[in-house]
Amino acid sequence: MATYLEFIQQNEERDGVRFSWNVWPSSRLEATRMVVPLACLLTPLKERLDLPPVQYEPVLCSRPTCKAVLNPLCQVDYRAKLWACNFCFQRNQFPPAYAGISEVNQPAELMPQFSTIEYIVQRGPQMPLIFLYVVDTCLEEEDLQALKESLQMSLSLLPADALVGLITFGRMIQVHELSCEGISKSFVFRGTKDLTAKQIQDMLGLSRPAVPIQQGRPLQAPEQPVISSRFLQPVHKVDMNLTDLLGELQRDPWPVTQGKRPLRSTGVALSIAVGLLEGTFPNTGARIMLFTGGPPTQGPGMVVGDELKMPIRSWHDIEKDNARFMKKATKHYETLANRAAANGHCIDIYACALDQTGLLEMKCCANLTGGHMVMGDSFNTSLFKQTFQRVFNKGFNGEFRMAFGACLDVKTSRELKIAGAIGPCISLNAKGPCVSESELGIGGTSQWKICSLDPSTTLAIYFEVVNQHNAPIPQGGRGAVQFVTQYQHSSTQKRIHVTTIARNWADAQSQLQHIEAAFDQEAAAVLMARLGVYRAESEEGPDVLRWLDRQLIRLCQKFGQYSKDDPNSFRLSESFSLYPQFMFHLRRSPFLQVFNNSPDESSYYRHHFARQDLTQSLIMIQPILYAYSFHGPPEPVLLDSSSILPDRILLMDTFFQIVIYLGETIAQWQKAGYQEMPEYENFKHLLQAPLDDAQEILQTRFPMPRYIHTEHGGSQARFLLSKVNPSQTHNNLYAWGQESGAPILTDDVSLQVFMDHLKKLAVSSAA
Amino acid sequence: MSVNQQAHTGPPYGRPQPGYQGYQQPAYGGQPLPGVPQLQYGAYNGPMPGYQQPAPPQGYFPSLGFPSKGSPVSLNSDTSSLAPNFIGSLRAPSTSGAPPPASGASLPSGHLTYSPFGQGDVQNGIPASAAAVQRPPASQPYLPGSAPMPVSQTPTFQQYGPPPASVQQLSNHMAGMTIGSVAASAPPPAGLGYGAPRPPTMPGPPLPGQTVAGPPTTQPNHVSSPPPPSAMSGPQPGPPMSGLHGPPPPTHPPQPGYQMQQNGSFGQVRGPQANYGGTYPGTPNYGSQPGPPPPPKRLDPDSIPSPQLNELPPQQKPRHRIDPDAIPSPIQVIEDDRSNCGSEPFVTGVRGQVPPLVTTDFLVKDQGNASPRYIRCTSYNIPCTSDMAKQSQVPLAAVIKPLATLRPEETLPYLVDHGESGPVRCNRCKAYMCPFMQFIEGGRRFQCCFCSCVTEVPPHYFQHLDHTGKRVDFYDRPELSLGSYEFLATVDYCKNNKFPSPPAFIFMIDVSYNAVKSGLVRLICEELKSLLDYLPREGNMEESAIRVGFVTYNKVLHFYNVKSSLAQPQMMVVSDVADMFVPLLDGFLVNVNESRTVIASLLDQIPEMFADTRETETVFAPVIQAGLEALKAAECAGKLFIFHTSLPIAEAPGKLKNRDDKKLINTDKEKTLFQPQTSFYNNLAKDCVAQGCCVDLFLFPNQYLDVATLGVVTYQTGGSIYKYAYFQLETDQDRFLNDLRRDVQKEVGFDAVMRVRTSTGIRATDFFGAFYMSNTTDVEMAGLDCDKTITVEFKHDDKLSEDSGALLQCALLYTSCAGQRRLRIHNLSLNCCTQLADLYRNCETDTLINYLAKYAYRGVLSSPVKTVRDALVNQCAQILACYRKNCASPSSAGQLILPECMKLLPVYLNCVLKSDVLQPGLEVTTDDRAYIRQLVTSMDVAETNVFFYPRLLPLTKADVDSDSLPAAIRNSEERLSKGDIYLLENGLNIFVWVGVNVQQGLIQNLFGVSSFSQISNGLSTLPVLENPFSKKVRSIIDMLQMQRSRYMKLIIVKQEDKLEMLFKHFLVEDKSLSGGASYVDFLCHMHKEIRQLLS
Repeated sequence: MATYLEFIQQNEERDGVRFSWNVWPSSRLEATRMVVPLACLLTPLKERLDLPPVQYEPVLCSRPTCKAVLNPLCQVDYRAKLWACNFCFQRNQFPPAYAGISEVNQPAELMPQFSTIEYIVQRGPQMPLIFLYVVDTCLEEEDLQALKESLQMSLSLLPADALVGLITFGRMIQVHELSCEGISKSFVFRGTKDLTAKQIQDMLGLSRPAVPIQQGRPLQAPEQPVISSRFLQPVHKVDMNLTDLLGELQRDPWPVTQGKRPLRSTGVALSIAVGLLEGTFPNTGARIMLFTGGPPTQGPGMVVGDELKMPIRSWHDIEKDNARFMKKATKHYETLANRAAANGHCIDIYACALDQTGLLEMKCCANLTGGHMVMGDSFNTSLFKQTFQRVFNKGFNGEFRMAFGACLDVKTSRELKIAGAIGPCISLNAKGPCVSESELGIGGTSQWKICSLDPSTTLAIYFEVVNQHNAPIPQGGRGAVQFVTQYQHSSTQKRIHVTTIARNWADAQSQLQHIEAAFDQEAAAVLMARLGVYRAESEEGPDVLRWLDRQLIRLCQKFGQYSKDDPNSFRLSESFSLYPQFMFHLRRSPFLQVFNNSPDESSYYRHHFARQDLTQSLIMIQPILYAYSFHGPPEPVLLDSSSILPDRILLMDTFFQIVIYLGETIAQWQKAGYQEMPEYENFKHLLQAPLDDAQEILQTRFPMPRYIHTEHGGSQARFLLSKVNPSQTHNNLYAWGQESGAPILTDDVSLQVFMDHLKKLAVSSAA
Repeated sequence: MSVNQQAHTGPPYGRPQPGYQGYQQPAYGGQPLPGVPQLQYGAYNGPMPGYQQPAPPQGYFPSLGFPSKGSPVSLNSDTSSLAPNFIGSLRAPSTSGAPPPASGASLPSGHLTYSPFGQGDVQNGIPASAAAVQRPPASQPYLPGSAPMPVSQTPTFQQYGPPPASVQQLSNHMAGMTIGSVAASAPPPAGLGYGAPRPPTMPGPPLPGQTVAGPPTTQPNHVSSPPPPSAMSGPQPGPPMSGLHGPPPPTHPPQPGYQMQQNGSFGQVRGPQANYGGTYPGTPNYGSQPGPPPPPKRLDPDSIPSPQLNELPPQQKPRHRIDPDAIPSPIQVIEDDRSNCGSEPFVTGVRGQVPPLVTTDFLVKDQGNASPRYIRCTSYNIPCTSDMAKQSQVPLAAVIKPLATLRPEETLPYLVDHGESGPVRCNRCKAYMCPFMQFIEGGRRFQCCFCSCVTEVPPHYFQHLDHTGKRVDFYDRPELSLGSYEFLATVDYCKNNKFPSPPAFIFMIDVSYNAVKSGLVRLICEELKSLLDYLPREGNMEESAIRVGFVTYNKVLHFYNVKSSLAQPQMMVVSDVADMFVPLLDGFLVNVNESRTVIASLLDQIPEMFADTRETETVFAPVIQAGLEALKAAECAGKLFIFHTSLPIAEAPGKLKNRDDKKLINTDKEKTLFQPQTSFYNNLAKDCVAQGCCVDLFLFPNQYLDVATLGVVTYQTGGSIYKYAYFQLETDQDRFLNDLRRDVQKEVGFDAVMRVRTSTGIRATDFFGAFYMSNTTDVEMAGLDCDKTITVEFKHDDKLSEDSGALLQCALLYTSCAGQRRLRIHNLSLNCCTQLADLYRNCETDTLINYLAKYAYRGVLSSPVKTVRDALVNQCAQILACYRKNCASPSSAGQLILPECMKLLPVYLNCVLKSDVLQPGLEVTTDDRAYIRQLVTSMDVAETNVFFYPRLLPLTKADVDSDSLPAAIRNSEERLSKGDIYLLENGLNIFVWVGVNVQQGLIQNLFGVSSFSQISNGLSTLPVLENPFSKKVRSIIDMLQMQRSRYMKLIIVKQEDKLEMLFKHFLVEDKSLSGGASYVDFLCHMHKEIRQLLS
């Protein structure tokens, strides 16, 4: 371990964990003074080629309140066949199966390289995966057609034994019965009436009625169809039927008069979907996939009235408390999300429309259950089609990159307590000795449910150091955290994924430089950003910004080197050097700035930000900019207006968008058609290079980014211009040298100004 | 014998005897008597003819001397009017001869009775004698039906005081038939001398006709038009009438018509007339028999001869002996009217004409008044003042059947299109242009015949007047020359100011366990496949504009998408019955031709899909709501056909509980059995009406399902209920399918509003029928078909004048089956009178009964049944007492005198009182009563007539070579012969009763088995056998089925079999098991009531 950087990287690769601090301050007081909390980004199912799962049950600590899993950090007495739990120090007997262990014959979980290990356990019946399509039919013909095709296509991607169901909705909701032959049959519900789970199940005939047996009628073997079979059928059985059914789907037939929105009962449709699964397959992995082409306009969960003259709520309305349906709708969807989550079902939202579709209100459905949220302009775009297809992508081992019903259990050494988590999860309200009283994110528990996760799903977990000040550095000098994730693998196996990590304690007063050096500014930026975004969901935007600023200033004060009141003396060590810049871009990001974004867009961005891994998160905070020119090989350049030069092609990746921008000269050349001329083949190559690179990103990312190809002066260039640091604006155009690129018409402060202020404030003795 | 019989009057005479014999036998049940009577008959007949003419034999009367006071009651029908025909054939004899039937003892009486007839005739005759006189006699003709009085009577018979009284009375009692009961002597009750109305005597009148040329003039009108009643009055009235009527019936036709009339009215014209000439002599004959008449000791001139007197002593005991043949016979009246009026078209040009009876098959020519098929009134002569009306207690009501089916020869109302401006209407009362509007100022304005307001004639409608003040285009415009016509409505007459879409039919089938298991579901689906090709079409359109939709249901509802573009129908289940809605729009209501294959596929699959159902619970209200919502969504009116099997106990709105409780019968709470359990259905009905959603209900209950509640919506939306208790495929399938076919195919209008406008002075105050009213004037019906009738009652709110008469205009705004909005207008002009006699002379008993029944049937909703019954009896007693007091010639109080036009009132009223609703039989279920209550409420006059007094036909008397029906006989067990087979129909059921002694040959021919005992019990069809008798019987049954709006249930009853009880229930002249009075007893009771009122 040459450097902390390498250490961090190695740990991340092995365990999928990145801590903000890799050396931990040993007391509560010191820890709070570090400003950035002790926290980590955990990617529970990070794909590892070199990690074959073991086929047995994990060995657990016998203390009921602990139940930690045997791990390499445990002390083992091979002779006595005992092991001591490294969390609670309970001494445990090995189970009989471990009779043969010795120093040379260790089980995998005791080997250091298996700090992360996965067990396959045989528990309970294996349930097939369940996919319930909830399809909006209030779409334009073209959209509906495209959607139908996508859905039909998806049938071929599902595992053959997966159960599939179909609910369509418009003004009414239809739950299609897939089993019947001949007449196609569906149960219809009205979209204006909220129904309790019980009612829904009664109406669908899911609750087993006290069957009145006709007297005198021979008691035939009571038909015992798997009760749910009518609505959820194995793909291989109903493949054809369902394909036809989808093919025959018609647009919602109810007339929509001029000036009205179609009546769309999304709220009730989801409610029925949740109720259906709740009644049939509780605690089994299932996906409710909602495809909607517009806002819910009636019934519970309605987001906007059907009068077109009443526009859907904007941030402005929300600030003015003028969004009359928002609270009620949000509450409706939250209730649903909680119900679904409680049963281990996840809800995906695929919303494709030019206007908003109510993602703001519905976001919790995806957020709390680990579902996907996809936003597009139309179902008839490759953005949607490919994204949707990618849901069913398979990993390197040929398995679906999705897992269900995960339960994450976090165990900590005594000196640490768990403050909370931020990510696509809900609390399981597991109180325990290692649960802190202060909360960051979703706290008050040591266990969370993640109904759906994929290899990139990342949670931020925040800790609190509880060691008293002046107390000695804890025994052994290391603190440990164990993450136990039980989940339903896409192969329907039950698996347990265990990661145990340990970090050194350090006395913040004497060993600050160690702590400082072990600061992971990337992880810290993302962890702080998540906190900020989490707060932004419930607080006013400016407050959050102020809070972030204060944190940044405090951090700089703590770790900067400066003479009081002399901004010019301010220096930050290398491990902190990028942090302010991340914060600068974070402040400008759509996660915290709502200007120019609709509430739906904000929700969408925040949704993805709260679940992507560190790398992606960083891209979201500070987009990557590559430059292509004849001056050299492609290179990353500063995300700065000065990077926009006439003879460059820029490729910007913001995670949500891929922008290719042709500089002024390049664009002129292209117009002139040089790339067609053999003698300018190199120009052709130059043009092609960013396309290829973009393609590569497009291929792998989920959701598929919006792909924008533009040029100097093009209207779409705004995507680029709004992201770069406005180092040159109309205000200071002439203050800078002529060399540089394009001025940005904005009043936003530039990074330079931001840094100047920061320094000033950091060094100020008044602060 | 005398009983009723053969319709043919003419032949009667000659033949009578034979016929009679036959009759008698059946009637008597083979009692020995027959023989005797016959003889009598024969004698009579002979005489009869003579009689008629002789009518004059005033002497008789006197002779009859009904001095009757002491004596028993004698019935006299003033009716001298009775057609001679009758006499000849049926009645005449019957009345007079009637007696025989009763008991052996009666035989003698029979004789007696006869004589009375004679007397009656005499009376008639009398009038004849003097022109002026005639009338008088007419009025009072007495047929002292002293019948009862055995021996003595004969001689006593009638004295007709008529002659003397004649003049005076004339005026009063026109048609009064009187039954003299011995007033004085307590005995009265006992001896009811029925002056058999036997107008037969009337024949006499014809004579008058001859003689009295003068009078006729007045009557002419009557003659021609007024069928029976008028006839009645006619004859007698003739004279009196002249005075009275004279004025009103300004019609010219006078004399010629007159005679006719008389004839018609009385008996049949022809025969009689001829006879008349010679008749006199005939009379003598009568006289001869009656000869004894001399007795007429006390005869008052007017008074009815009450044979009784003489008999007095004997009578008292005999009272029970009243000869059934001597009391007014419905059969006779019907036959008389048929023979009088059946041949000539009824021309409606004249104000206040009384139409022929509903039982008469006649052709109508519209010349300015609506056909009686559309409107019938209780009286065609309305009292001018409300005091008079109150005094008489005769309800003024019109029975309106706005979309009635006409005979093929008659023309449908013309459709008038006035373009965008719409129909021309009075500015004030909004009455529609009609023949009675008076154009003034050269045609520039018109004066409303209802409110007298003057309105400008719109320019486009202007037309010059000719010298008589008629518009030149009078004959070109239906609305100026006809009584019934239609206007094409403009958009102003449409809901939401939008022309309606074509209506829709939605078939809603119960698929619960019972329905599936009984095979009903399969049956309905099979039938619908073909039936859908016969949806009602407008005029000559190629295909029906009506769209169809399908729903099945048990505890939940299943809607079907049968859009033509689908390969397979789609089922959509709605389980949210608490809050019903329609799950689809497009594809639910479809054009049959476009979606033919999908529909066929659906109908094939429905029985399969539910073949294994185990769901026994059903919902009901949500089914209607679903239909309603579907129509709302489609923005059209329409009809729901609901096929339902059980009490809806599943959890849903409108859920019901079983609350049947026979213990409530005859308690103050009995009314609750007729009331709906919950008001939920009333509200639902209201919504249905607002949308034009008519609900037809087919019920197949195996137990109580609360018709009173389930029927609420049907009833208030103008729909029909059909009930098939214990439905079994084999026995009930034909009936159900026929009903269904007819119900689907019949002409129907939707979203209808009817308003009845009247001339100033009277006002429509009350309405009866299947409809909903949101205010006091507009009758709203979601659907109105050709069988539905609305009875409207009028009250005075001012005076009427004799000159201008009274007008009714019934305007019905509706949507045709092709979605065209139309107004159908019916106009009717009535006379007004200041003399009560005119009122009584122009009444129609059948219509009256229709009204009274509906009135009573509504009464049971709010009052104890007993109260309702008493009120009915009381009202009728008042009507008759008023007549007696004001119109009849003075006579002994003991005599029962009935107005000619109302002589059947007692018998019919008794039938109403005995009906299942007012006096339930043992076997009758609560559901049946509620069902019948609702049925009757929308019946027309013909239906109530046969429903309350069923038609009883001796099949063995049928002439296998002609296509006519055998003559009906009276509904009494004593008229049945063990050796014959009878058919009884009441519009709901057909019974074929087989006597134990029927010849084997007949049994073999009809049932295909060799003996009586081999006829299986509970048979419900007749085998198809190739022999004339079987064919004839089946063709009769088919013919009857055709006549009725519902397919009647056929029940074969073997004499002395269990089922006979049921059959006997319909022999309405007999005492019923449940306590209903026999005709005779009731008549006595009535008489007592009247006398009480008079004293």
